[in-house]
Amino acid sequence: MTLPVPGTTTGGGLPAAAPRRRKQLTWDKVSFMLVFLGVPLVIYGLFVVWPFLQAFYYSLTDWSGFSPKFNFVGLANYVKIFQDDLFLKALGNNILLLIVVPLVTIVLSLALAVVVTVGGSSKGQVKGLKGSSFYRVVSFFPYTIPAIAIGIMWGQIYDPSGGLLNGLLRAMGLQNFKDFAWLGNSNTAMFASMFVIIWGFVGFYMVLFIAGIKGIPAELYEAARIDGAGRFRTAVSLTIPMIRDNIQTAYVYLGILALDAFVYMAALFPNAGGPENTTLVMSQQLFFTAFQRGQFGTATAMGVVMAVATLIFSGLVFLVNRLTGGKDQELV
Amino acid sequence: MSILNKTKAPAGHVERKAESTASDRVVAGTSHVVLILWSAIVVLPLLWTFMSSFKSSAEIFASPFALPSVWRFDNYTRAWTEAGIGQAFGNSLILVGASLVLVMLLGAMSAYVLARFKFWGNRFVYILLLAGNTFPVFLAMVPLFKMLERMHLLNTLFGLILTYVGFALAFTVFFLHSFFKNLPGEIAEAAAIDGAGEWRTFFQIMLPMAKPGLASVAIFNFLGLWNQFLIPVTINAAGPKVLSQSLAAFAQQMGYAVDFGALFAAVTITVIPVLVVYIIFQRQLQGSVSQGTSR
Repeated sequence: MTLPVPGTTTGGGLPAAAPRRRKQLTWDKVSFMLVFLGVPLVIYGLFVVWPFLQAFYYSLTDWSGFSPKFNFVGLANYVKIFQDDLFLKALGNNILLLIVVPLVTIVLSLALAVVVTVGGSSKGQVKGLKGSSFYRVVSFFPYTIPAIAIGIMWGQIYDPSGGLLNGLLRAMGLQNFKDFAWLGNSNTAMFASMFVIIWGFVGFYMVLFIAGIKGIPAELYEAARIDGAGRFRTAVSLTIPMIRDNIQTAYVYLGILALDAFVYMAALFPNAGGPENTTLVMSQQLFFTAFQRGQFGTATAMGVVMAVATLIFSGLVFLVNRLTGGKDQELV
Repeated sequence: MSILNKTKAPAGHVERKAESTASDRVVAGTSHVVLILWSAIVVLPLLWTFMSSFKSSAEIFASPFALPSVWRFDNYTRAWTEAGIGQAFGNSLILVGASLVLVMLLGAMSAYVLARFKFWGNRFVYILLLAGNTFPVFLAMVPLFKMLERMHLLNTLFGLILTYVGFALAFTVFFLHSFFKNLPGEIAEAAAIDGAGEWRTFFQIMLPMAKPGLASVAIFNFLGLWNQFLIPVTINAAGPKVLSQSLAAFAQQMGYAVDFGALFAAVTITVIPVLVVYIIFQRQLQGSVSQGTSR
């Protein structure tokens, strides 16, 4: 395998090397760069880059993962998975997650962040709501909880008879929900799962956006106020454009998460796929194909499809941000 | 009202203290309602889990709200020993502790070199590290599984540590890169003039100066690694179980044995320590988020 070796370290292995360089390459400096860049990059190259590269190659073979021999089959794996109804179903579910989860999470966390930071008085200094740090701290709680624990916890909350949700609904007098199986019904399973993921991330992005909003110079808010902009107008025309890059980052990360979603689905649905496979995701199919069916070649092809989907999605987010970014440039 | 304020205010300044108008109060009121509602959505499930962890399975199914008849601490004992949560907790501590120390050291080292030295290939290495952040981890898992198997590192904590370090490195370098870039160069120059070599400059001068940045990256790395599920479940399926694995296995068993009290106890054991640490250090963390995003 090839590791990127920086020029100076190869060019100047000895202290006497390269007098034409601006600074003398001493042994101190060379050993320093070799160790400081070399050791991390060897680990990174071996455990991250190399497996990624291998994956692309294996996706073109019929490797089972258990025999040492395999054949090159070209794009056969890709043809196969795109004719596989179950995988297509999983792809569709991921796309649904991709559309809903980032959007709802960002709208919700942005709304909460705006309310916390500029919800205070409309006179005097622009300031946040009283007790805002309490809300911020509490909202961040879910981010400290392992996703698997979140999944298991919500699995119990959604429990038809003993769960918190139906208990609350019954207490409110909604007897229809006596034994409603949120995760067992193909109409609600996906949305119930989406809510779990959103629940886990709103607080984190809220804190991120609050940090972004606090970085906006206060004069801009005062100027907007003098110009007669109301709260809503200020939020839409000033706050959101100013933290555009934070929103873009959030969108990309949430998108990557939605294209994976493995932990949540694995925790919420002990029988992978959920009712009528409405919550089956690509990562589950990949896992199953590789480690239960022993089709490593096909499984890595699924991984490549996931990676391509991720790249397309990130590209789209950057493109949309760039295309709509004209105004932003003027403002700054 | 305003007259009263003015008389109280120190002379010379136009009084700018907020006088809340009716619409302000409505906005503030609505804001509080919305925020309280969301806080309740966050906290209620946690409180409910905590309460249920002291109930028997029968009590849990009888009523989701009733307090436990007796506080059954034995749920915790069963979760800790029989479900193996205790063992897994220890494994996770070792695994995450070792990975964290390693990735912080290696990440700081490479971020420092990338941020402060000019050499051919610098940009390429940096982009290569960034790219690792965007690819789905899943793509690497199958080849990684076979690779570790050949290296006899499959199902070992050591194999997990190296993999954790590899995957956390990208984020660490990305974050620390800007941090080292913004440290003043004069001090390093002064150290060089005084005869300190590159090694000494890094460990005695630059690293201590980067402490705030290191602390915040370490917090996020800790959360990320502590919560990791996919990597251990793939390359450590038969190895010493980590916390998330144990929890998943225990929940999976629930389909057959009915010990929901212990399941809630296991979840609580997983949630509480990190939550408590977070509450203690939350000020530090809030600060670090703003540092991380403003650059």
